[in-house]
Amino acid sequence: MTRTPLEPTMSLENQIATLRAELSAAIANAGDDAALDSVRVAALGKKGSVSALLASLGSMAPEERKSAGPAINGLKQEIAGLIEAKSGQLKAAALDARLKAETVDITLPLPAAPTARGRIHPISQTIDEITAIFSDMGFSIAEGPDIETDYFNFTALNFPEGHPAREMHDTFFMKPGADGVKKVLRTHTSPVQMRVMQKTNEKPAASYLTPPMDPPIRVVMPGRTYRNDSDQTHTPMFHQVEGLVIDKESHIGQLRWVLEEFLKAYFEVPNVTLRFRPSFFPFTEPSMEVDVQCDRSGNEVKIGEGSDWLEILGCGMVHPNVIRNAGLDPDVYQGFAWGMGIDRIAMLKYGMPDLRAFFDADQRWLDHYGFRPLDLPTLFGGLSS
Amino acid sequence: MKFTLDWLKEHLDTTASVDQIGTALTSVGLELEGIENQGKSLSAFVVAHVVSAEQHPNADRLRVCKVDAGTGELIDVVCGAPNARTGLKTVFAFPGTYIPGKDMTIGKGNIRGADSNGMLCSGEELGLSNDHDGIIELPADAPVGEKYVDYAGINGVVFDIAITPNRGDATGVYGVARDLAAFGLGTLKATDMSVVPSKGKSPIAPLPHEFGADEPKAIRKFGGRYIKGVRNGPSPDWLQQRLRAVGLRPINAIVDITNLVSLGWGRPLHAYDADKIVGAPVLRNAKPGEAFDALDNKIYALDETMTVIADHNGPLCLGGIMGGVRSGVTDGTTNVFMECASWDPELIARTGRKTGIVSDARYRLERSVDPALTEPGLELATRLVLELCGGEPMEPAISGEDVFPDTVIEFPLREVGRLTGLDLGASRIEAILTSLGFVLSGAGESRTVKVPSWRPDVTQKADLVEEVMRMVGVDHVPVEPLPRLNHVAQRMLTNIQNRRRIARRALAARGLDEAVTWSFIPHAEAVRFGGGQESLQLANAIASDMTDMRPSLLPGLLAATRRNANRGTADLALFEVGQVFLSDMPDGQHTYATGIRTGTAKLDGAGRHWSGKAEPVGVFDAKADLGAVLDALGVDIDKVQIFAEPAPWSHPGRGGRIALNPKVTLGWFGELHPAWAAELDIEGPVSAFELDLDALPEPRRKATRTKPALTLSGLMPLSRDFAFVVDRGVTAATILKAARGADKGLIRDVSVFDVFEGTHVGEGKKSVAIEVTLQPLDKTLTDEEIEKVSASVVAAVTKASGGALRA
Repeated sequence: MTRTPLEPTMSLENQIATLRAELSAAIANAGDDAALDSVRVAALGKKGSVSALLASLGSMAPEERKSAGPAINGLKQEIAGLIEAKSGQLKAAALDARLKAETVDITLPLPAAPTARGRIHPISQTIDEITAIFSDMGFSIAEGPDIETDYFNFTALNFPEGHPAREMHDTFFMKPGADGVKKVLRTHTSPVQMRVMQKTNEKPAASYLTPPMDPPIRVVMPGRTYRNDSDQTHTPMFHQVEGLVIDKESHIGQLRWVLEEFLKAYFEVPNVTLRFRPSFFPFTEPSMEVDVQCDRSGNEVKIGEGSDWLEILGCGMVHPNVIRNAGLDPDVYQGFAWGMGIDRIAMLKYGMPDLRAFFDADQRWLDHYGFRPLDLPTLFGGLSS
Repeated sequence: MKFTLDWLKEHLDTTASVDQIGTALTSVGLELEGIENQGKSLSAFVVAHVVSAEQHPNADRLRVCKVDAGTGELIDVVCGAPNARTGLKTVFAFPGTYIPGKDMTIGKGNIRGADSNGMLCSGEELGLSNDHDGIIELPADAPVGEKYVDYAGINGVVFDIAITPNRGDATGVYGVARDLAAFGLGTLKATDMSVVPSKGKSPIAPLPHEFGADEPKAIRKFGGRYIKGVRNGPSPDWLQQRLRAVGLRPINAIVDITNLVSLGWGRPLHAYDADKIVGAPVLRNAKPGEAFDALDNKIYALDETMTVIADHNGPLCLGGIMGGVRSGVTDGTTNVFMECASWDPELIARTGRKTGIVSDARYRLERSVDPALTEPGLELATRLVLELCGGEPMEPAISGEDVFPDTVIEFPLREVGRLTGLDLGASRIEAILTSLGFVLSGAGESRTVKVPSWRPDVTQKADLVEEVMRMVGVDHVPVEPLPRLNHVAQRMLTNIQNRRRIARRALAARGLDEAVTWSFIPHAEAVRFGGGQESLQLANAIASDMTDMRPSLLPGLLAATRRNANRGTADLALFEVGQVFLSDMPDGQHTYATGIRTGTAKLDGAGRHWSGKAEPVGVFDAKADLGAVLDALGVDIDKVQIFAEPAPWSHPGRGGRIALNPKVTLGWFGELHPAWAAELDIEGPVSAFELDLDALPEPRRKATRTKPALTLSGLMPLSRDFAFVVDRGVTAATILKAARGADKGLIRDVSVFDVFEGTHVGEGKKSVAIEVTLQPLDKTLTDEEIEKVSASVVAAVTKASGGALRA
């Protein structure tokens, strides 16, 4: 910095006052750390003006030094303080400037999170809901193969050869094997009943196959099923869930309870009213179809209110012939079974209008009707959010 | 099945209301599908006279008619029916009338230049029958302007019920009435089926049964009756009206009688014009390919499993299914041969399926018809013919034997309570079964129950329980909670069931949408993806692109890719967790988790974005998805092996196999082979992975759930970087494995932080830079110790890779 050379003729007081004025101004005017530092060097450095003044103390008379010493040291401290304060100001200003420069437009949109994009198919979600309810009621989940033998799909389930009931199933047949035997694509999940009940010493051929159980048996059996049929409400592939209870005392009164409890829990309503109609299935006796009371007056079906009836499932007491085919004595063991369409109850609950769209993998449909990956149906957390 | 209230009342003495009857029908298991008050719904239709019918000037198939509907003026109507002709009496709908068969309301219009003010109607349009060949033809004396329902007597209530396959006994109004009577809705009225005395020997002898010992034989007992000198013609109004109301077209009195008995008593008949039978008729099986001209005006090629009634010239009737044109009864018939026969239900069902003929006779006979009705049914038919057409009945010509199951069931009364939970007294159970025709004997805790001939479906105790229960009403069974076996549910899902759930959620959490695609795919694609063997082909596929069980989920997802691309979605992230079929045996069914990403659908989103470029998906996106699923399933991706052995569908240099060990494959990942993409008509980049969830190891069952002890070091980890120049073909896995093995005690982690190729590292070479993290165990490492580990890393990597530390 430039400064006015001190006139040796000036009095010490004048010299201090001049320096104070000059240095204060220089500090105040310092625009950055470098300028402030050169002020500091020029004042307090080895050859600085304040240092020079301090050095002049040595050549003073002791009398003079007594009064000059504190005055010059006071100046030194005052200037040092000013520099420190200015330095703080400069740092704060620099931070301010940096923060200003770093400011971004926080309204810029981000890509959706992966969990906001991925969706669970309604069929999987519905199976998880069914599983949550029945596992809480003490039912385990059993499975069997899609490609079934005629025995498990029909014969073991008391479908007599040539009976019209067999015809009603619109069965898909596989091409016959070398032995001329045609396997079938299972037309219902009921063959799993027999696989669960039937005593055998063989180990299950695959890990997904449920090993045979001893009574008491309580299982539900969800899975893919197939019928050679296609229109707005039928697809050649669909999903069913079957339930089976076998013990020594379960009867239709308990069947009614299980179904009512399930439907209340599934549709998340406090009450359902069911209508049981005697019907016919080869593998149950007595057999019943069940209608649920609902309101169909609006665009959506409301379960648990209204005055319409909607057929929702078939059920009955397991036929004695089926129990016998499983190697159990029907005079000792008894129980009930039921079956319903998973796709159908998903449509009823969530309002999908067309079954065919379930299997089309249209991304727009999946995004609309699908479920968030962390929407895990539980009874304690609620089945649906 | 449809029947009118009047018809029901002919068999049931009841004062029940229509609604009570409807509710009772459903309650006893004869599900009510609808109640129609035809008098009301069809009251707007009137009898009309086509005064003139002329060719439409602008349309070959249309006629312009002037119609007198009793309004005093002629109405212009355009009609397309081939039988719309001058002078015809028919049924007319004024504009504004609702047409039930078409579910529309007719308006005024102009059809190709001609005004049309209403509609001339067919039976189908009125919802009365399936007859859509032309408009209804009424007799010339039908009164113009009168309501058609009044004229035709269609004023009744029509019930429509669904009959389950076991209830052959309920395929007649009489059987329905029996159930309703047992339910308490009235009293069943008996029918007079007593013998009608014969006037002489039958000109047609009992039909011989000409069957070989090994042949299928559908006929059991054949009853025929020759009735001489009948006066056939239109049947009386009451009969015509009754048939019309349930959708049948009256033909003539004899044919109408056969329909009346079929629908009324569930006892199908067939009437032959006896004068058209050539020679003595016999019962035999058809010859292979033998032609049969049936009453539905179609010619069928029969085979040797089908029983026919045949004369000298061939089949007269396909037994139990449908009569033939040649011996059909017409208005001019004077001598009738009336058939009432019993048949084997299974064989009738089989013939019905093979020919595809749907008839009222087949419907009943394949469900079984009361074998006790064969001869009484013939007497009933004879009595009706004599009443309506006169004539002289000859002796019945009967051959063969009926089959009576004569089932007797020992029935402990407690069975009812055991299976249903109903608490009924013995007298109630007895009363119900007796009213249904069961004959009970014995006392105490059990009854001996004889099953009536019309209920062959009742064979054991549980069937009797159902009979009791349906008469009591299931809604009266008290609801009772199912006792719990375990008060806190145990683990309910198996490993594979859990894996599927977890894999789905893990993939959805990575932004992929779950698809559910068909289990069957086109044959060519099955073959392409390693399947297509004959045992996995459908014998009766519903469509040519749904023929083979899928060996992979990729074809379904790729087809979905094409469909979505056609809808404008090129960036797609889809997965499916579902079954594939490697053989037709149960263990050939595996669950795969398969995902694809197309276009730019990466983990962080698809498409251009201000925060980054839209990069195409690649092999590492698939590998990352696969790794995420494995991790979610508890498998550390670093613990499995990755081989540069891509799946056939994969780009050979951008795909790999993931395996537990060289022999146990878990899955594949890669970019879709460009040649496959072209052949499968897929545009743009596709990356995919397949994971066989069944190949994952079963978790080891441990005695406790305790995790291994954790040692946390207080010493700072430190890291050293190394760069190696290796041949381009050396894999990162080789380098990582070598580095990790250099000092298993100190080296905690090795990662690759840089890979590049370029002229300065040499042709055919690449540089791979790794960071090795060292974790001192018990004391700070000295420089010498660090130097020693570094040297062993360099030595191990150069040895394994054949490369060198980069200078």
